[in-house]
Amino acid sequence: MANNNKKEKVLEVNNLKLYYRTSMGEVKAVDDISFFLRKGETLGVVGESGCGKTTMGTALLKMPTPPGYIAGGEIKIAGQDIVPLTEKEIRKNIRWEKISMVFQGAMNCLTPVYTIGKLMMETLQEHRQMSKSEAYDRMVKYLGYVGLPEHILNKYPHELSGGMKQRVVIATGLFLEPKVVVCDEPTTALDVVVQAQIINLLKELKEKLDLSFIFITHDLATEAEVSDRIQVMYAGKIAEIGTNQQIYGEQGASHPYTRRLLAATPKLHEKVAELAFIPGTPPDLLHPPSGCRFHLRCDVAMDKCKVEEPPLVEIEDDHYVACWRCPKK
Amino acid sequence: MSINKDKNIFEIKNLQKWFPVRRTMKEVLNKEQRYVKAVDGVTFNIRKGEIFGLVGESGCGKTTTGKLIMKLLDPTGGQMSFNDEDVTYLDHHKLVDYRTKVQMIFQDPYASMNPRFRIRDVLEEPLVIHKIGETREERYDMVRKALAEVRLQPPDEFMERFPHMLSGGQRQRAATARSLILNPSVIVADEPVSMIDLSTRAEILHMMKSVQRELNLTYLYITHDLSTARYFTDTIAVMYLGRIVEMGDPDDVIDNPKHPYTQALITAVCEPIAGKVNRIKEVPIKGEIPSAMSIPKGCRFHPRCPYAKDICWEADQPELEDIGNKHLVACHRYKEI
Repeated sequence: MANNNKKEKVLEVNNLKLYYRTSMGEVKAVDDISFFLRKGETLGVVGESGCGKTTMGTALLKMPTPPGYIAGGEIKIAGQDIVPLTEKEIRKNIRWEKISMVFQGAMNCLTPVYTIGKLMMETLQEHRQMSKSEAYDRMVKYLGYVGLPEHILNKYPHELSGGMKQRVVIATGLFLEPKVVVCDEPTTALDVVVQAQIINLLKELKEKLDLSFIFITHDLATEAEVSDRIQVMYAGKIAEIGTNQQIYGEQGASHPYTRRLLAATPKLHEKVAELAFIPGTPPDLLHPPSGCRFHLRCDVAMDKCKVEEPPLVEIEDDHYVACWRCPKK
Repeated sequence: MSINKDKNIFEIKNLQKWFPVRRTMKEVLNKEQRYVKAVDGVTFNIRKGEIFGLVGESGCGKTTTGKLIMKLLDPTGGQMSFNDEDVTYLDHHKLVDYRTKVQMIFQDPYASMNPRFRIRDVLEEPLVIHKIGETREERYDMVRKALAEVRLQPPDEFMERFPHMLSGGQRQRAATARSLILNPSVIVADEPVSMIDLSTRAEILHMMKSVQRELNLTYLYITHDLSTARYFTDTIAVMYLGRIVEMGDPDDVIDNPKHPYTQALITAVCEPIAGKVNRIKEVPIKGEIPSAMSIPKGCRFHPRCPYAKDICWEADQPELEDIGNKHLVACHRYKEI
């Protein structure tokens, strides 16, 4: 892990805010978060549904779903802030060129009347001027990376299995050699065996192509196998960022939310009488609670937690926690 | 209790469900018919008061089995008995009666409720259908009781709400209440927690388990998630391509799996443990589940099995064999591997 520190930051996000405008007010889905991604690492983003993890993913490509909008902050990809750029510039130079995304359930969104070859060609033609044979070679090369044979190009999506479609979507995401790939729940809809295959594939690609991934999922168990560092989100805020060892190691995670989320994750080889759970529901982001957003469900909350919001502080090397209860080490 | 525990509430013998496939012209002329063999000969018993878990990948026939038991589908072959009574085929009158005893919880709590009904209407509907309760007030009392059972407190407030006003967990509670309201003895739960957030998933399972203990219910729990199945069930049956390949006590099946398919499933499960990120996990089986339309000859797992030998595709398909402690395996070579 230590040598990772020397690697450059390929993505840096500072004070990012993404709000949804609604008739009832502004929903602060992502509220003032800062983090970074190093070259060649996988950053896992976990949280319950509605914590803003997918919203954050779309913000990174500067394509928030309306009525969402980026209310402030910086997104620096290889040093360049993309927030002030116009949509035209983003389309031309950033999206898919520098950062791409594998969407949640994308494997079910492939146009059914196009062959895989045509689908992939569409992306390529939009961005690159190249001859048909060049484009074909490139498609075959990337299909090879994800372990699919050439003849797939002539098939229609319904002729492929779920795992194969997911591989096609991943290949399309890699295609223009982006620096960062955001994967939003790429394995959730798949069976365990196929899921393990896709996870292995992502790890191999990371090595081979020196890619950096952001891996969004709600499952802490999957994250343990994929991510070098894990970022836990709660109600639009970052609760904790730590290395794989810091979150899953013997010493255990630091933030009470992470700890309880881990306790609620069933382990296959551990027989427990009762599974733990977190009572209550995540807060309404139209009217987020004062102080720490987790204090209503937290079992170690103090008076301070109700009033003052804890900042995200580095308590040890590479370990950031936003909690009044977690002292610096 | 202990006497009841050994009594089988369900006895399923060689149950089959084949769906006919639309024929091509050639097949019509040759009088051929192909089938999707979704469930192809499953045999198991469910004891009274136990939680029976059916696990497997998508397309293995676990949901179809659930629907057969729910009698939403009629089997193509085999036998099913419920409380020592044959229920393989039922006429409408008996079916209505059967449905008061066997109820279902569906996977998607968002889709299984009419969005224009209030929770009180959602829960009252089964009572109206089965003509239970003389007056509306009487029925509402039963609704209140059912909501209290699943701990949706206070019941009166929840009765007035629409489904969209509930969170996923609360909806699944309401769905459970709806299935409890007819006082069934069996509940078929098809992936009841797979759409629910991790933090509340355990809470729902916990609630289901305590309701089961209180009312001495029998559950058929259908899932793809081995980790929750281990925690929740008393017996696990692993299905592959329409057949059960391994069955037994959850501890035996998960800590000491005998069938190569179960072994592969267990290695593929992700666990929240540190230090696995830099390793590529060995997944012993390749490819994906084949189509249920063209099932491989012999043992149906042999094309993906790392241990397959001549016997696996030449001999007949293996039957379930008891290897002690009610742990059943259907594999020709389980002794060698």
